[in-house]
Amino acid sequence: MDRRPLPIGRGDNLLRDLSVHADNIRRYALRMGEVQGQGYIGQALGIADVLAVAYCHALKLRPSEPEWEGRDRFLLSHGHYGIAFYAALIEAGIIPEKELETYGCDGSRLPMSGMASYTPGMEISGGSLGQGLVIAVGMALGLRQKNNPAFVYNSMSDGELDEGSTWEAAMSAAHHGLSNLIALVDVNRQQADGTSVNILGFEPLHEKFAAFGWFVQRVDGNDLSAVLAAFDAAREHAEPRPRVIIFDTKMGKGVPFLEEREKNHFIRVDADEWQKAIAVLDAKGAVQ
Amino acid sequence: MNVNVSTGKPRLTTSAMIASIAEAGQRTKAAPFGHALCKVAEERADIVGMTADLSKYTDLHIFAQAHPERFFQMGMAEQLLMGAAGGMAKEGFVPFATTYAVFASRRAYDFIHQVIAEEHLDVKIACALPGLTTGYGPSHQATEDIAIMRGIPGMTIVDPCDAHEIEQIVPAIAAHKGPVYMRLLRGQVPLVLDEYDYVFELGKAKLIRDGRDVLIVSSGLMTMRALEVAKAMAGGDADVAVLHVPTIKPLDERTIVREASRGGRLVVVAENHTVVGGLGEAVAGALLRAGQAPKFRQVALPDAFLAAGALPTLHDRYGISTTAMVASLKAWLA
Ligand SMILES: Cc1ncc(C[n+]2csc(CCOP(=O)(O)OP(=O)(O)O)c2C)c(N)n1
Ligand SMILES: [Mg+2]
Repeated sequence: MDRRPLPIGRGDNLLRDLSVHADNIRRYALRMGEVQGQGYIGQALGIADVLAVAYCHALKLRPSEPEWEGRDRFLLSHGHYGIAFYAALIEAGIIPEKELETYGCDGSRLPMSGMASYTPGMEISGGSLGQGLVIAVGMALGLRQKNNPAFVYNSMSDGELDEGSTWEAAMSAAHHGLSNLIALVDVNRQQADGTSVNILGFEPLHEKFAAFGWFVQRVDGNDLSAVLAAFDAAREHAEPRPRVIIFDTKMGKGVPFLEEREKNHFIRVDADEWQKAIAVLDAKGAVQ
Repeated sequence: MNVNVSTGKPRLTTSAMIASIAEAGQRTKAAPFGHALCKVAEERADIVGMTADLSKYTDLHIFAQAHPERFFQMGMAEQLLMGAAGGMAKEGFVPFATTYAVFASRRAYDFIHQVIAEEHLDVKIACALPGLTTGYGPSHQATEDIAIMRGIPGMTIVDPCDAHEIEQIVPAIAAHKGPVYMRLLRGQVPLVLDEYDYVFELGKAKLIRDGRDVLIVSSGLMTMRALEVAKAMAGGDADVAVLHVPTIKPLDERTIVREASRGGRLVVVAENHTVVGGLGEAVAGALLRAGQAPKFRQVALPDAFLAAGALPTLHDRYGISTTAMVASLKAWLA
């Protein structure tokens, strides 16, 4: 049975609802990880709160019509976060829950690295990192040219800050005054070879984007009320500049034994731990 | 093997970036590139290692641990990696620069072409995930890396078959003056050619086994497959010779033409690469220029964006698995 998405909106219970959405996203991602016995689960658990606010609050979408012309575009530049993104698409009602059983398997619509031609709601084929923000500039220019008021969100990893193309796009977006472009940067301090700052130092990030002409916010990406406020402020900001929200996130968030595990590009998860992690989330839900 | 909880059946999974191409039970050696580079570096102070956030995934971390003062982490910035490797070479160092084959050949191409190759600088580009060695889809499948690199004047291209060959290639390309593109197998790398007393020589094709009916001309992991095909067909189907061509550029045209024109055999070029612009077309051109036109077939990846999925499935589907090759050969011989 598909889990029906909870009502989406701005009620008194919004934060509580979003926290349920976020944990649902975490559960779906864990179930997909179990299918393959591996995956970028540390990243998925870390970014679940951001995706919950995006998909269950901020984005204009029609779940049954993923290519609706009026939709906000959400670009998954870091294609390896597909596992997290599919979980959000399930929670938003865009793909059916039962499909997570096929994650990464032959013939699946949910390949391990996100691709536009495979998955409804997937705008680009990310994965060759550092391309999303460049594409987002073009889509934002195109939307403005068409007088389409939709936003372009580009979700990206902190590793993508290393690529020159990211900064070409950053300069271009400011030059063109792309107020319809919102970049979301997941600063989880992790890259393939180790801790981000040891790979290529990108701080001070707030100041860097500001110097490039962007409206910048930096928040705890696992503090739902801060994430929510940042999304709202990014959309409502009046100046004609591109917007970036820098999210400091914790890999493994929501599952203490994974939060504490040694951090790696691939966090180790033993075969019996997928269900244990889900049980941790279930227990938390029961208390709320 | 992962098991589907509801059906209890083993499930074919997308091979992770850390996976090995070795088959179950195959003899392997760990990180031959990293260990071989350390050995060369002990004798030569000018060797440096550089990577774009992929040392752990190209076995360069072995070098980084042994020689931290000669290791340069450039961040996930492939254009910078190649341009800076060129800069180091201009100052007298011999950089081994590593990333995935897609990112060197596609993202950093102009930097390789202009900074490194145009000045014939001494940079060795060593790239993991060559051809179809990951199920992550086109973003990570370097199906045309050889075609891209062959277009650069003066670029030496090597495509080793196994750990035994990688150990010999690393000192050989370090000794060679000029830019080199090396296709890298990393992690637990199969050991095959030691059984054939094989010796690598830069620029030389080597006949690994002889046979009367078919000549397979191959490079990289396809030589391992070709040898399996030869064994599988030895029972009476066909007598298959295998000519291994680890140096794709410059191509050992003399040996290839000599072998291909000997004995009226079916000539099959087998490569882990698109049918466009790789070893197959290089061999075809060499044969035609030499006035030879044997019956000629290619085992190669189609000119298409390939699917995501489990590697064994994909190798079967695109015709480069041992089983698929045996079927093709039988059809061509019929
Ligand atoms: C252009 C490019 N270069 C290299 C890679 C290989 N790669 C995949 S993920 C990754 C780490 C990048 O950092 P980040 O996305 O922040 O990693 P994570 O937080 O997921 O550990 C690298 C180098 C790639 N996919 N694309
Ligand atoms: Mg990261």
